[in-house]
Amino acid sequence: MSLATRWARFRKSEGGSGLALVSPTAIYAILLLAAPLATILLFSVLTDGYLVVEPVFTFGNYIETWTNRIYRSVMMRSLGVSVAVTVLTVLLAYPVAYFVSFHVQPSKKSLWLFLITIPFWTSYLIRVFLWKVILGYNGVINSGLMATGIIDEPLTAISYNVQAFVVTLAHAYAPFAILPIYVVLEKIDRSLLEAGQDLGESKFRTFLRVTLPLSVPGIAAAVLIVFIPTIGDYVTPNLIGGGKIPMIANMIEVLMLVRDNKPLGAAIAVSAMAIVTAVSLLFLFTIRKYLRGQK
Amino acid sequence: MKIPVLRIYTIGYLIFLYAPILLLPLFAFNDSKVIAFPLSGFTTQWFAQMWADEQMFNSFKNSLIVAGSASVLATTFGVFAARASTRYNFPGKAGILGLIMLPLVLPEMIVAMSLLVVLLAVGVPLSIFTIILGHVLICTPFAVAILTSAFQSLDRSLEEAAYDLGETAWSTFRLIILPLVMPGIISSLLIAFTISLDEFIIAFFLGGNETTLSVYIFGQFRFPAKVPAIMALGTVLVCLSICLLTIAEYFRRRGIAKTGAKDTGGFL
Repeated sequence: MSLATRWARFRKSEGGSGLALVSPTAIYAILLLAAPLATILLFSVLTDGYLVVEPVFTFGNYIETWTNRIYRSVMMRSLGVSVAVTVLTVLLAYPVAYFVSFHVQPSKKSLWLFLITIPFWTSYLIRVFLWKVILGYNGVINSGLMATGIIDEPLTAISYNVQAFVVTLAHAYAPFAILPIYVVLEKIDRSLLEAGQDLGESKFRTFLRVTLPLSVPGIAAAVLIVFIPTIGDYVTPNLIGGGKIPMIANMIEVLMLVRDNKPLGAAIAVSAMAIVTAVSLLFLFTIRKYLRGQK
Repeated sequence: MKIPVLRIYTIGYLIFLYAPILLLPLFAFNDSKVIAFPLSGFTTQWFAQMWADEQMFNSFKNSLIVAGSASVLATTFGVFAARASTRYNFPGKAGILGLIMLPLVLPEMIVAMSLLVVLLAVGVPLSIFTIILGHVLICTPFAVAILTSAFQSLDRSLEEAAYDLGETAWSTFRLIILPLVMPGIISSLLIAFTISLDEFIIAFFLGGNETTLSVYIFGQFRFPAKVPAIMALGTVLVCLSICLLTIAEYFRRRGIAKTGAKDTGGFL
């Protein structure tokens, strides 16, 4: 069989048709996503020259990233903020998803979900700025508490600092946590819960022993979809921290564009993604028991 | 009587979610240059100031061009990927779809920086066009997600009936499948448009000297005197996006009703 007829046969087969159909999107993603990411990976092991990247192999950028005190502390801060945001967002979101799934009439569920997603679709920058207004030194919370006489001086613990980042980001990522948990809760067979209660478990024990374990895949999805993007947040440190408390994204910007040290910037970006991936995999490994057999 | 703890909690959470948006109009109509309480009177001067700003209209025009092109391109790419993933099995399917959906979890900063490095290395000048390239990348996963659920609810036998009646693959797609997934396509266009309109990081780094609306807003925050006008602009934008979303939700529901599937709610 000649190559041409074999190609023609493959082109007509199911696999061939599928590949042909997906190819425009796939080629776009390869050219504009996979190739640039590969470039960053390559740059991270090259040497920085004046205005150019020298094609000389080195691990120096990684050594610098992992040993320099400044980069290490920024990395730890970003990781800490990401973890805090993830825990806070998922903990706050779970009862909401549970309420909509178990306590709202089916006909009203989409309305509730719609209400939850609306704030998410309004300008991110303006939302972040308004959190600065709410939490700031003369902000809504402080002036409100002072007007009612609960405090005499503004609370500084919530203004322009890492705590303010966490609150702002927990707000920004709320729908990303609620929706995956909701979807999984919706899939739980309600007769399992009845069975639990028929067998003499209390409502709360049924929740702990049936609902919660079954909803772990949703929690896992929520954790990953909040944790991974928050590590790269650029706007919040800029608008709320006034640029004084940089996170990884701000560090990458400075190195790439201001100091024009692209290899070091690339090494920091790759390291941040590697740490995030490692933490995510560790998390998935820890809860693997609950992820099995439900797909 | 039982206290509805969960309901009270959820309403409290909704207040947390809506807090910034509820404050927005308060400051937009507040007669003071300082964004703080107590409020000092009613004014519409910030809306007038916003309306008189030519730079704002310029960047808004840029945003419309970017969001318009990005949403059409992302939805087109989305149709290809969603149709391929729901209808066919092909080698490397999980890997290819994984790559297409990757921007959903990748920090935008990483997407922006890696694209920027490559564009600079290849020598492509930064402009509106490069912003569109980046926005198509981050809007496509959302388009694929919406369109996959639209294609999934299609009844395969309708398609087979069309083949049996002598239609070609293309005419079946045009006459049977396209009309049925049309609501999904419209809702994907609107969602992609909204995402692109709001996106900041890619527009900021890949735009060169061209500013979109979000880049303009970010710039204005540096000048405290300009902030009240931004609050006015924000109020207008919130109203606009609620309108767009309501239309998107309407089409999504109509699409579900059309194919006779059960409403599972939500876009994601």
